[in-house]
Amino acid sequence: MIELISSDRCINCNLCVKVCPTNVFDMEEDHPVIARKEDCQTCFMCEAYCPVDAMYVAPQADRTVEVNEEELISSGLLGSWRQEIGWGQGSGASMAERDTTPFFEVFTEQYRGN
Amino acid sequence: MLQKQVKQLTVDVLVLGGGPAGAWAAWRAASQGASVVLADKGYLGTSGATSPGGTTLLVIPPIAELREQAVQARLKAGGYLSENAWIHRVLDQVEKNLELVEQWGYPFPKDEEGQSLRTHLHGPEYMKLMRNVVRKAGVKIMDQSPALELLHDEHGVGGARGINRMTGETWEVKANAVVMATGGCAFLSKGLGCNVLTGEGLLMSAELGADLSGMEFSRQYAPSFAEGTVTRGRMLFWSTLYGEDGEPLVKGDRTNRSIPELLMKGPVYAAMDLADTEEKREFLRRAHPIFFMPLERSGIDPFKERFPLTLRYEGTMRGTGGLRLTGNDCATTIAGLYAAGDAASREKVTGAISGGGAYNASWAICSGHWAGEGAAHYAMSQPRRADNRQLVAAGHYGMAAGVDSSTKLEVQPLIKAIQDLILPLKINYFRSEPGISAALKELDTLVPHLKDQAPATVQGIVKSREAAAMLTVGRWMYTAALARTESRGLQKMAEYPELDPSQTHRLILSGIDDISISTESVPHAHELNALKEGHTV
Repeated sequence: MIELISSDRCINCNLCVKVCPTNVFDMEEDHPVIARKEDCQTCFMCEAYCPVDAMYVAPQADRTVEVNEEELISSGLLGSWRQEIGWGQGSGASMAERDTTPFFEVFTEQYRGN
Repeated sequence: MLQKQVKQLTVDVLVLGGGPAGAWAAWRAASQGASVVLADKGYLGTSGATSPGGTTLLVIPPIAELREQAVQARLKAGGYLSENAWIHRVLDQVEKNLELVEQWGYPFPKDEEGQSLRTHLHGPEYMKLMRNVVRKAGVKIMDQSPALELLHDEHGVGGARGINRMTGETWEVKANAVVMATGGCAFLSKGLGCNVLTGEGLLMSAELGADLSGMEFSRQYAPSFAEGTVTRGRMLFWSTLYGEDGEPLVKGDRTNRSIPELLMKGPVYAAMDLADTEEKREFLRRAHPIFFMPLERSGIDPFKERFPLTLRYEGTMRGTGGLRLTGNDCATTIAGLYAAGDAASREKVTGAISGGGAYNASWAICSGHWAGEGAAHYAMSQPRRADNRQLVAAGHYGMAAGVDSSTKLEVQPLIKAIQDLILPLKINYFRSEPGISAALKELDTLVPHLKDQAPATVQGIVKSREAAAMLTVGRWMYTAALARTESRGLQKMAEYPELDPSQTHRLILSGIDDISISTESVPHAHELNALKEGHTV
């Protein structure tokens, strides 16, 4: 579930409120807040769209986990999904561009062996 | 209802739903010269089952022999309920549309000879691209704007009403044609991207009298990392499954179908240890990054370490049932109402089995294209604009029905009660007559709550309709399951383990309070009946 909106990084652009498919965020005065965490479906889309890498979605869908912003920054996790999709600054090739071997079933048949 | 200002618009075509099917429908309708509004509960670009992950496409080169092979294989696997002509249509259409996707800028990989390999789409990029395409086509996009009810008169559908979740403002769009592309119903089971899919489109359509088809083919669960949401069963083909004590259970191709039985006995773990070289691991990592990211964030290396599995219910999203289609243009039984993607029954192309893992993605593209075109032509041939019609709103369950009730609708407990009867493997996967009958009776006892007074908040209004839809879809599924006294494709009943050739037909459901069932014949039934009796498919 969504665990962090970094107030240091957030530029109050409202985009997370707009893009969240399950309407988890509200604008409170001028900044976004996690208003309905229980509705978070852990789809990582807010994180992907956040233009300043201010958001972190933990993979745990049914329970809250403690996160520490400094650790997320030092481990490179904050913004890592946007980077992987290819939407981060200096991401280079996008996820689709890197996926050069698309025939999953054929690959499995040829190379798995077991 | 909240008494906020009403935003009113009139257009030719209203598309409900902003996943791939809705996006393609809106683009196609606009390309035909229709004025179009697309309203989505969430956001066109992030909504639905496709956008967070990705989707594998059904594409087969235009070589007659290859295509005929695929069609015949599907006919047999789908219990002879699919239609060869429809699969051929999909194969022809999807090729053209994917060429467009590439022209629009999607970076498909190329083979050694420079041919594009259009077999897989990464969700975030695909749906961001579709948003731009739809916008450039002149479609007005309304995000965070769930539809709550359809408008109609004696001539058929005439638009919809809904609410904006960000502003609380209600909206009303009048349109002579509506494309229902709201997805399937996955009962808030938290499969990746699926909590948007709660079935309101099916409920709204049924309130106008639309038929459903194939609702019994809904016994569909997908494996996921137990704590997470990402459902990518194909990755387990590279795994060994382990029990609590670390003993290996099954591996490779047998993993997926073994999981329900194994989970009934105890915890099940997976490790992708069949990927035994760096090259293989790198391929898998690049093909489905969304599968790996949550595991890695949890500190698990899935190639080396065992991770616990669960099954997430996928309802009619990866099941097959939905609104009954009556024509090549994806028309429904209601004049002006078209259905696309997972909101429509996919039996014509998938038969009795799941369309997951290729068929559904190509279906969304093609059915969206056809529904958008059909809706545009229908709307533009009408003698008058929709705002000159005497339209009334049809929403009843979980809304108008409870306006005068003194009992408050308690949404969360109602949703929990529905989930307790729909999600358990014991009831819905291991289907038996007593099990399904008892669950259906319980669901029926919840129906009176849909005539309680819905909460007057934006969330309360939306969630009341979601609850009403889930309850209704659940009752359709179990009603159909009891009516199909055999096992075929996704439908299995303990008492009837065999396919019964005399039931090679579709089950059509109508009604909400009282559900009636009829059958519809399928064009290839005689091919099965010609086989030896008792032959299992």
